[in-house]
Amino acid sequence: MPEHETAATRRQLLSRIGAVAGAGALYQAMTSLGHAAPSDFVNPPKLSGARPGTSVLILGSGLAGMVAAYELQKVGYKVQILEYQNRAGGRNFSLRGGDTFEELGGAVQRVGFAQGNYFNPGPWRIPYHHQAVLHYCRTLGVELEPFVQVNHNAYVHSSTAFSGAPQRYRVVDADYSGYVSELLAKSVNQHALDNEISADEREHILQSLKSCGMLDASYAYKKSDLTSMRRGYEKPPGGGLDGPSVTSTPLSRGDIFSSGLWQAISVNSLLNHQTSMFQPVGGMDQIGKAFQKQLQNVINLRCKVTAIHQDDSGVSVTYTDDAHGSATRVAKADYCICTIPLSILSQLDIQVSGSMRAAIAAVPYAPAIKVGLEFNRRFWEEDEQIYGGISFTDLPITQISYPSTKYFSNGKAVLLGAYLWEDVQAFRFAGMTPAERIEASIASGEKIHRQYRKEYSSGVAVAWSRVPWAMGCSSIWSEQRRKDHYKNLCTMDNRIVLAGEHASYIGGWQEGSVLSSINAIEQLHKRASGVG
Amino acid sequence: MHKLALMLIALACLPNVAWADSADAITTNKLTTTDGRVLYQTLCQACHMADAKGAEGAAHFPALSGNPKLASSSYPAYVVANGFGGMPWFADKLSDSQIAAIVNYVRTHFGNHYTDALKPSDVTKVRPSEESIKPIFD
Repeated sequence: MPEHETAATRRQLLSRIGAVAGAGALYQAMTSLGHAAPSDFVNPPKLSGARPGTSVLILGSGLAGMVAAYELQKVGYKVQILEYQNRAGGRNFSLRGGDTFEELGGAVQRVGFAQGNYFNPGPWRIPYHHQAVLHYCRTLGVELEPFVQVNHNAYVHSSTAFSGAPQRYRVVDADYSGYVSELLAKSVNQHALDNEISADEREHILQSLKSCGMLDASYAYKKSDLTSMRRGYEKPPGGGLDGPSVTSTPLSRGDIFSSGLWQAISVNSLLNHQTSMFQPVGGMDQIGKAFQKQLQNVINLRCKVTAIHQDDSGVSVTYTDDAHGSATRVAKADYCICTIPLSILSQLDIQVSGSMRAAIAAVPYAPAIKVGLEFNRRFWEEDEQIYGGISFTDLPITQISYPSTKYFSNGKAVLLGAYLWEDVQAFRFAGMTPAERIEASIASGEKIHRQYRKEYSSGVAVAWSRVPWAMGCSSIWSEQRRKDHYKNLCTMDNRIVLAGEHASYIGGWQEGSVLSSINAIEQLHKRASGVG
Repeated sequence: MHKLALMLIALACLPNVAWADSADAITTNKLTTTDGRVLYQTLCQACHMADAKGAEGAAHFPALSGNPKLASSSYPAYVVANGFGGMPWFADKLSDSQIAAIVNYVRTHFGNHYTDALKPSDVTKVRPSEESIKPIFD
């Protein structure tokens, strides 16, 4: 393409973009559709007038339990935590080289990662609007770095589209919006929408479609410098004699729509995935560890709770103390905050109202699988220029997430090689041995990255339904069950109140755990201090 | 901002995106087999284990081997369709024939020797309403 035309096109493009003001409208549209509901966190609880010495027993040292202990201790409550595991943090959890992980059924994995490499089998990303989690990171000095969710140079892949060849996200993003804009412009220009829109609106719509869809003067989406500026060039612009670029050819409209690959655009556009997202430097468990540091002499490890009772004078919790010869003990306190996942709590002897017990038994858990794969080198960076972000696929692994840290470094690196939630494949993977899960992840992944087998170094596969201390990943609410049970689950029952992601509208996210914990301690404090 | 049109259009065709942090699968995997053994291995052994002996952690996954609750076939049919405690409902993933196949397989294997077979039409009766198991997707 002659150079003067290129320049003109670029200026044209910039002026078009400048003419459109859409961000506010977008947010408004999303809010009214119910898709933009950020966490409602404003401030940590201000608890005044605590009666000194009031005791609170907290069951579980995940984020919900530790937030409660941290806040209550600060204002004078006497707190103790009983924790089933030999570590604090709950599902806030990272695995590193040298760690051992045993699952239900007895399989033991010894993590073989190189020094400094880690994998987050549980939570792994924090949206910018999860302000409660971010508040505690800031307060406790947990260093955060960007987590890359959207990467235009990552892949989208369907085994039945484009002969199974992965496509770059930016190509599908550009062609999808281009063809949608072209079709819509065509119907506007053919007066198919005249009943819907005024003449003024017509012009605004056409103008926006041209700009947003990279359409040419006749509202066509086609091979051009303009479209290559979004989807990428056949040969990118260079320097000197290699300066001229070669434009790329859009995929066909029919192929784009039938591929289903546009679903990745939809996934990435959700509020929970929008930029910026964060991760703690060095592993998600840095948050749990930071809380733990504040709670010396509070957390009692290896205590398996078996019964939770209460009467007018207090609560008593029976547990097996595996740190001390598996003795049966009873801990007493004025109040109890129970953060035990419902998958476990529904099987314990807990003395609460029938309606709370029904709520505890009403919420199933997703099996969820995550597989961490370590490779000898960052071939996705070195060979394919993918720096962080996620490739999506219709294969069982659903996605590959590249490390959002230590870019351009030499040596081994760990990526997320599979993330299954609660579809049939997730159950199937959970029923496999860890080695089979890893092999299945490699077998999927090598269809996207041919380097997989050659560069594979080691792996670890966590199936949450087989995690002994969680027995499931996180709560699955149905609308009906939420209507029937949610309030009963979250309302303090005499001296016992529940907390955890299951007691929130942000299920499966740490933010839900933290917010539910804050609400629980507010209920508890109100009662304990005789206010309200 | 040039993504506006694209995103508004994309919103109209949201896939299986859970509000929870979920795997955001871009397709769903449907099970078509009615082979009880394959269905057991695909879905049930995730928790009840390959030998149907269950497992013990902070709480337990019950053994199906020798479990007296299997005496009446309608009980396991109800549990598979509706879920139980932390166990998810499978009515959204399985047909009546598939649920019957799983129940019949479990009741005749792993040391269980029941001779009365569950019919798919028996499963229909215990199937939950679609509304009650509609997950919260945004």
